[in-house]
Amino acid sequence: MINVTAQYFAVFREQAGLHVESLTTSATTAEDLYVEVSARHGFADSMARCKVAINEELAAWTASLTEGDVVLFFPPVAGG
Amino acid sequence: MSFEITDQRLDPDALKNALTREAAGACVSFEGWVRDHSDGEAVTALEYEAHAPLANKEGQQIFEEAAERFDLLAAFGRHRVGRLEIGECAVWVGVSAAHRGVAFDACRYIIDELKQRVPIWKKEHYRSGPSGWINSVTGSASADRETPS
Repeated sequence: MINVTAQYFAVFREQAGLHVESLTTSATTAEDLYVEVSARHGFADSMARCKVAINEELAAWTASLTEGDVVLFFPPVAGG
Repeated sequence: MSFEITDQRLDPDALKNALTREAAGACVSFEGWVRDHSDGEAVTALEYEAHAPLANKEGQQIFEEAAERFDLLAAFGRHRVGRLEIGECAVWVGVSAAHRGVAFDACRYIIDELKQRVPIWKKEHYRSGPSGWINSVTGSASADRETPS
């Protein structure tokens, strides 16, 4: 198990009811963690349309997580 | 070439003036405005949220790609965040180049990429009450349609 911080934006933040949470997880990749938090918070968007960043850098869903990582979950973007 | 997220009102005239170059024969700019309707709903305001550090970085990357693909003399972009009223400018992209073809193509490329890639989100406030986050893939909170803006 590792300790990570998850941050949610826009519709994810509203669905989760919070912007930041500390998690102790068995997830080893960003994808694992998304599956875990999306099930708990009811995020409906498929991973293919969302983005993830780890420690302020956009990352692949297959990226490994390590102790202390800050993981940012971005719902589908809609600028303009 | 630069892109910035800002919470300040955009000034298209001032932004356009910054594109002036003696070698420029063409200037193309795009302004995305807040309109009063979306998918049959009367819209009263829009609220934009961004993750500014990554939005600035991704936006900058798009402008650098445009500089490599197109023979540009100058290019700038700005995207507002916060609450915007009907008619306000939410996004501005402008380029200058020696010839119009390049300027049109580059401006189109930049705004299309910005809308697809930059971590910015838009919430519509409706006259009927509730509000909804817009999904860039479906273009709507509720149905398929052209992406606003």
